Amino acid sequence: MSDDVFIIGLAQHKFGRFPEKDSLDMASEIAMAALADAGMTMADIDVMGCGSLLEAGSGQRILHQIGATGIPVYNVTNACATGANAVRVAYMEIKAGISQVGLAVGFEKMGKSGLLGLAAKVAGADKKVWAPAGRTGSVMPTEGVLGSGMMPAVFAEIAMEYANNNDGVGFEQFAKVAEKSHAHSVLNPYSQYRKAFSLEEVMNAEVIAWPNTLPMCGPTGDGAAAVVIVSGEKLKTLPDDVRKRAVKISASVMTSDPWTAGGQAGPDVNTCTRMAADKAYEMAGVDPQDLDLVELHDCFATAELVHYDNLRLCEPGMAGKFIDERGPWRDGKIPVNVSGGLVSKGHPLGCTGVANLVEVGMHLRGEAGDRQIPDAKVGLTHVIGLGSTCAIHILEKVS
Amino acid sequence: MADYEKLRPEITPLHEPFWDSVKRHQVELQRCDSCGAFRFIPTELCRCGSAASTWTPIAGTGEVYTYTVVHRAPTPAYQAEAPYVIAHVTVDEGPRMISVVVGCDPTDVHIGMPVTLVYEDVAPDLTLYKFTPAG
Repeated sequence: MSDDVFIIGLAQHKFGRFPEKDSLDMASEIAMAALADAGMTMADIDVMGCGSLLEAGSGQRILHQIGATGIPVYNVTNACATGANAVRVAYMEIKAGISQVGLAVGFEKMGKSGLLGLAAKVAGADKKVWAPAGRTGSVMPTEGVLGSGMMPAVFAEIAMEYANNNDGVGFEQFAKVAEKSHAHSVLNPYSQYRKAFSLEEVMNAEVIAWPNTLPMCGPTGDGAAAVVIVSGEKLKTLPDDVRKRAVKISASVMTSDPWTAGGQAGPDVNTCTRMAADKAYEMAGVDPQDLDLVELHDCFATAELVHYDNLRLCEPGMAGKFIDERGPWRDGKIPVNVSGGLVSKGHPLGCTGVANLVEVGMHLRGEAGDRQIPDAKVGLTHVIGLGSTCAIHILEKVS
Repeated sequence: MADYEKLRPEITPLHEPFWDSVKRHQVELQRCDSCGAFRFIPTELCRCGSAASTWTPIAGTGEVYTYTVVHRAPTPAYQAEAPYVIAHVTVDEGPRMISVVVGCDPTDVHIGMPVTLVYEDVAPDLTLYKFTPAG
């Protein structure tokens, strides 16, 4: 097995809605930006991982635009964990000693797709009649019966469960998470929205699925992100200015949801996150309290609060206290989603898992501009794909 | 009833006995012939590994494990009923089932609330199961 793996190039497109831009052009632009950042071209790349949920199978089409060299291309989809999986296939080839240099690209063009889950399936069809498809189509998306296909409802149920089982967690705590993330987004030029909301505004906004109000729900949008990763052996051969900016991938972990009582009729995002977190901390030799920043999967503000506990950022059961004490704010104990998070920065599905590595990487390099977390040395990224999948990466500053 | 405009389950062979039992207004779940555990949603194997199971009637009582109140619904037909409650219910036999809670104000629903199964014939060929406050 090969030694450590390092990120040497990274780039992200601003998230948002860009109807005038072609998705492959966006992805190609960002892939080339990451290559340029690494001082490389496609001629240096041994393997590509490409993640897009709605345009699966696009890796080769990107290479036809930026350099088709005959390398293996892994097109991956894994719900909202798609991007992280694109990174991980390239990482695994390097770890296995098959490749020395990998490119991972994640992109998505969603536009304004409405409520994710059912709405995406209804789009373009007669909105009154929905034709379910596939074997699992019969169980999950029958609204109300056998669960909700609507994501705000799914993550609301997860929130109500946590609030019931733990003290000091209620609507206000979930709303405070959104208040925090929107405040963070103001500093991030890559964020889809950059508007601060007061706690009252979050709490008084339209309820989508209780306790998720509109500003507690991630928007749909377009985005692209890319990283170039290399083996430690390869890194030694690269110029000083590349090595200086390298970021170590100290852990790359993926889990799926094991059997749990609650995970049969509805999704269980807690158990797979806890399993992945424990494994990642062990692999990296990092304690949660060592983390300088975390980009976690807050598709809804309710999800973020639950993951404070799942990722061991707070004492068990104390996620409410953690947000009450401003623990995840930029100047708090462990800054969480300083990018603005999915609720504000946006969530172009296949892009998200690459973009959060780019975000943490920029902080570890000291290149995050106005939103820089001072002296950041260790960061964690987390994504969840329903079904369920969890992918966690721990990144560390090298020099 | 002919104008049922909401979502329909796609009924696969594995799920067919379940939906048939709903149509008879007597829900049956798979019960493992080997370890005796009930399970839902329908699966080929019990978690004990046994493939042998018998569709067995359940009492139809349970309690709310978690829930949400949907205010913005995915299609116009559902929006007409909003706000409505979707709950995960732990039935007395063990498994968790999910459906809407009807017959009470959404604000009355709470975790731990006892509920019972009710049936609604929504179309000539489709019956749905729902929950309502017990007693």
